[in-house]
Amino acid sequence: MKDIVIVGGGVVGAFIARYLSAYEADVLLLEKENDVGDVTSMANSAIVHSGDDPIPGTLKAKFNVLGNAMFTEISKDLDVSFGRCGSINLAMDESQLPLLKELEERAKKNGVPTKVLTREEVLKIEPNVTPKVVAGLFCPTAGVVNPFTLTAHAMENACDNGVELHLQEEVIDIKRQGDIFLVVTNKTTYETRMVINAAGLASDKIAAMIEDIDWKIQPRKGEYFVLDHYAPGLVNHVLFPLPTKKGKGVLVTMTTSGNYLVGPSSEFVDDGEDWATDTPTLTSVKAQAKEMVPSIPFQEQIRVFAGLRSTPTTGDFIIESSKTYKEFINVAGIESPGLVSAPAIGKYVADELAAKILNLKAKKDWNPKIRPYTHLAKLNNEQRNELIQKDPSFGEIVCNCEKVSAGEINEVLNRSVPAYTVKAVKKRTRAGFGKCQGGFCQPKVLNLIAKRFGVTPLDVLYGRANSRVLEKESKE
Amino acid sequence: MKTIDLVIIGGGSAGMAAAVSAYDQGIRDILILERSDVLGGILNQCIHNGFGLHEFKEELTGPEFLFRFVDQVKERKIPYELQATVLSISPNKVVSYISPKGSFEIQAKALVVATGCYERSAGAIGMPGERPAGVISAGQAQLYLNQHGYLVGKKVFILGSGDIGLIMARRMTLEGAKVLGVAELMPYSNGLERNIQQCLKDFNIPLYLSHTVTNVIGKGKLEAIEISQVDEHLQPVKGTEKRFDVDTLLLSIGLIPNNGLLDKMGAKKGKTRGSEVDDSLETTIPGVFSCGNVLHVHDLVDYVVAEGKTAGISAAKYLKGEEKGHKEIETIAGPGIGYVVPSRVNVEDKEGSVELKFRVSRPSKNVYVEYSQGDKVLMKVLKLAIIPSEMEIFKLPKKLLINDQEPIKVSLVAKE
Repeated sequence: MKDIVIVGGGVVGAFIARYLSAYEADVLLLEKENDVGDVTSMANSAIVHSGDDPIPGTLKAKFNVLGNAMFTEISKDLDVSFGRCGSINLAMDESQLPLLKELEERAKKNGVPTKVLTREEVLKIEPNVTPKVVAGLFCPTAGVVNPFTLTAHAMENACDNGVELHLQEEVIDIKRQGDIFLVVTNKTTYETRMVINAAGLASDKIAAMIEDIDWKIQPRKGEYFVLDHYAPGLVNHVLFPLPTKKGKGVLVTMTTSGNYLVGPSSEFVDDGEDWATDTPTLTSVKAQAKEMVPSIPFQEQIRVFAGLRSTPTTGDFIIESSKTYKEFINVAGIESPGLVSAPAIGKYVADELAAKILNLKAKKDWNPKIRPYTHLAKLNNEQRNELIQKDPSFGEIVCNCEKVSAGEINEVLNRSVPAYTVKAVKKRTRAGFGKCQGGFCQPKVLNLIAKRFGVTPLDVLYGRANSRVLEKESKE
Repeated sequence: MKTIDLVIIGGGSAGMAAAVSAYDQGIRDILILERSDVLGGILNQCIHNGFGLHEFKEELTGPEFLFRFVDQVKERKIPYELQATVLSISPNKVVSYISPKGSFEIQAKALVVATGCYERSAGAIGMPGERPAGVISAGQAQLYLNQHGYLVGKKVFILGSGDIGLIMARRMTLEGAKVLGVAELMPYSNGLERNIQQCLKDFNIPLYLSHTVTNVIGKGKLEAIEISQVDEHLQPVKGTEKRFDVDTLLLSIGLIPNNGLLDKMGAKKGKTRGSEVDDSLETTIPGVFSCGNVLHVHDLVDYVVAEGKTAGISAAKYLKGEEKGHKEIETIAGPGIGYVVPSRVNVEDKEGSVELKFRVSRPSKNVYVEYSQGDKVLMKVLKLAIIPSEMEIFKLPKKLLINDQEPIKVSLVAKE
């Protein structure tokens, strides 16, 4: 018998697990993919929004602002790259000034510090912005974060503190039996006192397993470009247009790895598994981005991708017990600003809902920190040398584009939430993330994974189920 | 900090050729840094033949060709380090590198950068559709097959008619895979003519010119692709879609100079996406030379080693303090020409000739390649056929130059 089963290992599920791991409770997290954070949490803008945009009084506004304030500490405890670079919403002509004023008002009501910048002030700190710009709203608390390690390390911290994680296990049905739930998966059935539904795009289906619901998730696709890191820099802040009803619009930003991200588009789709990109949409994204930053060097483009937002029909985050059972908690519709809100949502769900409903006792020895990882790139020559003398695998570069060593890859294969797939290694270490997109290093990554888990390279998956990289051994 | 006269980054054909020729010019304090665990670079995985016709007057496989250079390096006892990856180079030529032996910083007096090229990816062209396993570059499939002994798929389609794609069409067919076709965006092939014949026609593999991939289908593993015909603006034409059920899509859509180290040092970038160089292959940073595929992508390794030798000789001259003169003129890629290497030529010395390497932008027949300075045509050479996939090399006699100020322009001019 479990105390709590969390359905979904995205960034929200991982942070719920992390904060629940501070209590004396038997917690299991079920994730249908081969890694945590493998769906919406890995394909988004990776922005720690300031909280200027959500409508005051909404859960989005509340958790965005609370979450934003947590990032300085979280990024240290969980060893996640994070930079509070600030964001600027740009007014592109005089007619947009009232919109800028509205945004400033919303920010004020949400308790978010802002500063209106003149055209000259914008161009001084962002020389590549179009000279057509007329003003900007600067939000100093906004930032960028590595969304891949944010999710993986939150989950690792949860597992280090006793949470159980099952990958490749999909919830098929949930039934109420007496005062417990039966969670039926593709592998087995679990008895549990509480279910927390953090199933992202599938959260409406999971919620509907125990009662009729009056809301739905409408997947909303966003397509992006990724540009290589190069010198000299393009932009120094997260640059947005002014938000409209369709969302925050196409942004241009540097990422924590020094790459540049341009996107997203915003289109509702019917299929919750439609991650295809298409040329007309990307062409439009490109045109919108160039209106803000005309000189974006798209010849440095190394990848395009699409992510699906879990947009709820209610318009706001759903974070509450179900109508019928207080022990069934829905944490659904966590679209943007979901990434920044996730730590605050996780803490709220653990402390204010689950712990109170189940009367959980706090652990005395909860450790909020993970064991730090080795970051070769951050070391100086002497430190690197010392490390390599101890373990020569840190001197063996596997990914030449991103300068990732075999030692660093071995580390992510040997943690409590190990990387089992090529993509999982890529997300945690950046091996394969560079301009050659794994062209040179993928065979080496495959071999390291195979060796660690005692399988042959033929068995190693790229990412999702059935995604084997190799077909067969060649004939002699 | 240890000082070394000549540090060569990259132990492939260009780097080894540079090392050997610098040694033969009397330079002894040389270090080759090679990131892989063997010398030879990309030729290690090119087990097909066709290498060395110019350099050795015989047809060799990639490994046979590279071993001859490895022998030359070893005969001269030129020091090299394997599994040594350069992390960065400062503008004053301090090279930071690591290997399983440790982390090092060395001061180079001269540098030859010969770091080769990499393959353009699906993301770089914004390929439409999903991103399943099974969409990989042709060179990566070649690496898996020829060096690791694994076949990446059994039903294959290839996008791009670059040479690696063509070679892999044959190679995978010989390994028992079914290659259903090759699509090429342009109305002409981008590979060498001999590869079209030997790798496609001989195996009845269809080549779809003016076609591109317009959808990639598959969540985990690739299930199918869709190709469409493109119009004269290279835009897909609706209604021309063809679907192929395949587990592998190989990409042979171009090679890009792996020029990150030089870019980050601040060397000026050229049209090839490599660095700008003069005719001694010196970049805009004195004492820093670039050669081989990191400078511009070659179709024949023979030309790569020739360029490596030039870089080695030039680095030796630099180290000996030989002045090369200050009168320089630019080269310009005129109409019909994609790029010209070098970007600048030294004309202090009026003897000899200027070697110009260039590619045309599109295939043409019965045209003149015209070399001019200002309004004055210096020379016109008739070409019955000229194609982008074959690099042109032309030695322009310096005595034809009318002055030492105006740039030399290379243009394609229609025959009257």
